[in-house]
Amino acid sequence: MAVGFEQEQSVTPDDFIKGVWKQNPVFVQVLGMCPVLAVTNTAINALAMGLATAFVLLMSNIVVSTIRNVVPKQVRIVTFILVIATFVTIVDYAIQAVSLDLHKALGAFISLIVVNCLILGRAEAFASQNSVARSALDALGMGVGFTLALLCLGGVREILGAGSLFNVRLFGESYQEWVVMMLPPGGFFTLAGWLLLINWYQQRKSRLQEAKESTL
Amino acid sequence: MTNDSTDAGPAKIYGVVLSVGLVCALAIVTVDEITKPIIRNNRIAMRQRAILEVLPGASTSKAFQIDETTGELKPEPTDSEAAGLVFAGYDDNDELIGLAIETQGMGYADIIRILYGYSFDKQAVIGTSVLESRETPGLGDQIEKNANFLANFESLDVSLNAEKSEVANPIEFVKPGEKTEAWQIDGITGATISSRAITKMLSESTGRWIPKLHPHQADFATREKEAP
Repeated sequence: MAVGFEQEQSVTPDDFIKGVWKQNPVFVQVLGMCPVLAVTNTAINALAMGLATAFVLLMSNIVVSTIRNVVPKQVRIVTFILVIATFVTIVDYAIQAVSLDLHKALGAFISLIVVNCLILGRAEAFASQNSVARSALDALGMGVGFTLALLCLGGVREILGAGSLFNVRLFGESYQEWVVMMLPPGGFFTLAGWLLLINWYQQRKSRLQEAKESTL
Repeated sequence: MTNDSTDAGPAKIYGVVLSVGLVCALAIVTVDEITKPIIRNNRIAMRQRAILEVLPGASTSKAFQIDETTGELKPEPTDSEAAGLVFAGYDDNDELIGLAIETQGMGYADIIRILYGYSFDKQAVIGTSVLESRETPGLGDQIEKNANFLANFESLDVSLNAEKSEVANPIEFVKPGEKTEAWQIDGITGATISSRAITKMLSESTGRWIPKLHPHQADFATREKEAP
């Protein structure tokens, strides 16, 4: 990575956009698959998990970027994990204070945000080398991208698996629920479906671009 | 760090890790202190909802602790979180509806905690509510949703024997659709382990508590009228 070069760049909208689309953590980088597959059985769980992860990502990126010039490189991972774990604990308490039912639904996966490779990945690859403003924007983009991706999975799984979206019933009583979509295999099926769709779209786009260039 | 090619000395390494750790610890303690009362209230509100759910018709409740050796009843504040509490539920006219008792046992995935309602008049379990469960979504968690299964607890017989010393017919598990007696629980296809676990918990808990609690009906019923 061109470290010196990147540091001199100023804040650009691309810092935000890349996380949402071009480098979407779930659909393009395929990072943090554990919560992606495990807690996306309903849209509300997916949204809560996405927001919790985005908050931890934002706060840890800001702190890591702030202390990036003080932390000796031998202990940088330890320090980053310490910072991340602190924010995860805070989120855990906050969710329990907001709703115990939600905390029950997300279960162990809140604590497991600590080991989401997306967060340590952004701290190490971006925040430790860039200004606070750029790191915050990067985290916001990645956080939004992660939340959207989780919602895409959670929405599809809840509609097919329970016939509802955000607990609102969409179909009549005769709707036969696909229980498998709420179970772990449903997570893999849905993720595969979305990856297929997005890769197909991007390949088609690049093929069209090539065709356009060759005719010119 | 990135452009720093010289190694930091041990003093700096210790210093940085210790100070980051200290700040993090302080942050966690602060948040814990702020959220502790809120989380406690949430837990109690959740329990209160469950009590009124397992005792249909109840609108208020009171907590008691029973001394297991002497069998004495001791009133507890409603927001008490002591172990082994029994809750008495009353309707709008302060008439005793029944007792809500908590029990737990091993399910398929983890420990399941449930609350069940006991009616003195019917000598039966009249409702259950799952307080904590990590059973498989769609299969094991049917114990919370399956209408046929929940119908078992509308009136599940736990009447005492002639000597009032133990439950005459301990609660039994039967295969789905084979329920013939009032003390049997119809299992759930696809959630055999979870529904068996509920049966075992209820059977053990009623066997242990109902003989002890039943003689106290009058004590629970005479609830001193609280000032509004």
